[in-house]
Amino acid sequence: MKNFGYTLSEDRQINYDKNDKKILAYVKEHEPSFNICISCGTCTATCSAAQFTNFNIRHLYTLLKRGEVTTLKKEIAKCMLCGKCLLACPRGVNTRNVIIKINQAIEKYSL
Amino acid sequence: MSYDPFVIPFSAGAIILFIILIYKYTYWIITLSKADTFKLLKGLFSIKFFKAIKEIVLESLFHRRIFKINPVLGYMHMSFALGWLLLILGGTLENKIHSHKPFNAPYEPIFFKFFNHDINAYPWANEFKFVMDFLLLFVLSGVLLAFFKRIYSRLFGMKKTTRLKLGDWFAMMSLWFIFPLRFLAESFTAGMYDNGGFLTGNAGRFFASFIPLQDVSYIAWWAYSIALGTFFVALPFSRYMHIFTEVVLIFLRNFGIKNCKVYNSFSAIEVNACSRCGICIDKCQLLTSSRITDTQGVYFLQSIRNNEIKEEKAFDCLLCGRCQEYCPVGINLNNIRISRRFEFATGNQNYDYISSQVEKTAPVIYFAGCMTHLTPSIKIAMESILKTAGIDYLFLDKNGSICCGRPLVTAGEILKAHKLIEKNTQLIKDSGAKTLVTSCPICLKVFKEDYKLPIEVLHHSQYLLRLINEGKIRVHHSKESAVYHDPCELGRGNKIYKEPRELLNKVVNLQSVSQEAELGLCCGNSLGGVQLNTVQRDLIRIDALNVLQKNNPNYIATACPLCKKTFVKSAETDVKDIAEIIWLSMQNSRKPKFVHEIKQPKEEAVIEL
Repeated sequence: MKNFGYTLSEDRQINYDKNDKKILAYVKEHEPSFNICISCGTCTATCSAAQFTNFNIRHLYTLLKRGEVTTLKKEIAKCMLCGKCLLACPRGVNTRNVIIKINQAIEKYSL
Repeated sequence: MSYDPFVIPFSAGAIILFIILIYKYTYWIITLSKADTFKLLKGLFSIKFFKAIKEIVLESLFHRRIFKINPVLGYMHMSFALGWLLLILGGTLENKIHSHKPFNAPYEPIFFKFFNHDINAYPWANEFKFVMDFLLLFVLSGVLLAFFKRIYSRLFGMKKTTRLKLGDWFAMMSLWFIFPLRFLAESFTAGMYDNGGFLTGNAGRFFASFIPLQDVSYIAWWAYSIALGTFFVALPFSRYMHIFTEVVLIFLRNFGIKNCKVYNSFSAIEVNACSRCGICIDKCQLLTSSRITDTQGVYFLQSIRNNEIKEEKAFDCLLCGRCQEYCPVGINLNNIRISRRFEFATGNQNYDYISSQVEKTAPVIYFAGCMTHLTPSIKIAMESILKTAGIDYLFLDKNGSICCGRPLVTAGEILKAHKLIEKNTQLIKDSGAKTLVTSCPICLKVFKEDYKLPIEVLHHSQYLLRLINEGKIRVHHSKESAVYHDPCELGRGNKIYKEPRELLNKVVNLQSVSQEAELGLCCGNSLGGVQLNTVQRDLIRIDALNVLQKNNPNYIATACPLCKKTFVKSAETDVKDIAEIIWLSMQNSRKPKFVHEIKQPKEEAVIEL
């Protein structure tokens, strides 16, 4: 292909009717407290891993809902499961278990 | 050699039992890891062998640990184990003296009274009669207690006893029948020949008055033999497998073989050594506070033996270790639980972002830990104390904490944890420190257990006590009262009970609480409780706080930032970490001196301050 010095952007559209909701369903089934998350971001603010890198739990939830599995898998690998987010969460979401369940779902569906 | 067809059920049962036992133990010992096999061989020819024998006598026969928990319960277990063994030994000796032969068929001592009726034909016949009857009575008293325990377990200091599966009921019933049937069979025979000791002789005469003993005695011997045979066949498949496995476990443990958080044949031996006595049930806060009734140690081990890999059973646990502290067999329940969680672990990790450069080198490292960063007052107090004492230290995780790896271990992610352990070990080595001080018992546990550091690892309560004893910091005893809450990982996890109390006694009036030290309550937010929901955690916290706040102390002192963070949520009393209390006391002890120094020249200024 001829190089014009610019490329076409990758398609960033997300079709909510067709995206992959398997992991989301798995997490909601096994850790129902995920449903009460208000996306306040306290978890991200307190996160140990976020001190060193751009790891962002709230963003993980967005990725999860959108079904962006590849990015989700890459990002979630940074979590150290220290549990600070769990203690900080004002809604009582079992955030640590949400991470564990996402990891398990990724493994289960071999994504 | 005497023989009668009724010995067949007993003999067949015994042969089946020993074939199964030999197969199982051989399999487990062969599949031990190389290092463990080496330890086993080395241990067999060392002093450890005799230590193991001593422990077997004390624990497997006398049941010393159960006696400490409840004397009646201890007596019940002892009467079965010691009583039955002595019955077998006594019977064998009696038979050998009687027959003048060194060898005998295995059933002969068991059914001695059936084959021999000549009471004065051998030396010490009368003594044997008395001893054997006494031992039978001893075991029968245990059977009676066991029966009452099933009906009313509170008599034995247990609120709940184990719910048994069908196989266990079957084995238990056959066990319960063995000794009454032996009593009946021996009494009937004694009644027929007018011999027997104080128990069987008198009972025999009594039965002879209204039962045609000629007809029933043979039936009783058959029934006794069938009960024995049934029990032997059921033994390897029921909880009674512990009888022999506990002996093997005690040997292996004394030889230095440990549970290494991965399920192997040593874990299998531990699982089979569980007698399902149910002592762990009452100790579990998930039962007493959160009303989860099927996850306690005994049920968890039962599910492993039945090959049911249930995720909830593996994950519904705080790993607080209260059950394992009271386990009379000494099974490492926490590590078995972690080894089961490991089966659900995923390998997805990328910790490349962690820097591995230290700021400076120093003789002392202070590692606050993630949870301490969540309760900054503790780290401020610690830093102030260290600075006042003039310690040259390196705050290893000052700018954001690298996790120690213990939370990953508790979630079963052992491989991921080892990545962090490698990174942190490198950091600690690079710092050139001789002492590592941490504020978090969770970190302390992993530093001591998994890091294999060549340096001294201390919890801050130990380090602060040392600073006070060395005179580097001065504290002031106040009139305030406090209760101390034992964090799970510090107390049961690292066996540190004494130092925090000694430290607190120097600064406050320490009150005792009803459940402390080994029985200390978990705050409910333990990182081990991976899948517990908020309500279940809260119930544990509330119950723990009720115990701690009962006598209205001025402070609840704790030594764990996670416990502090949990308790402050709903405590009516001030919750302070030990480091904060010490720092407060240091400030108070300095104040009078400070005021005195500047009092004379500028009195008003002080008042303004």
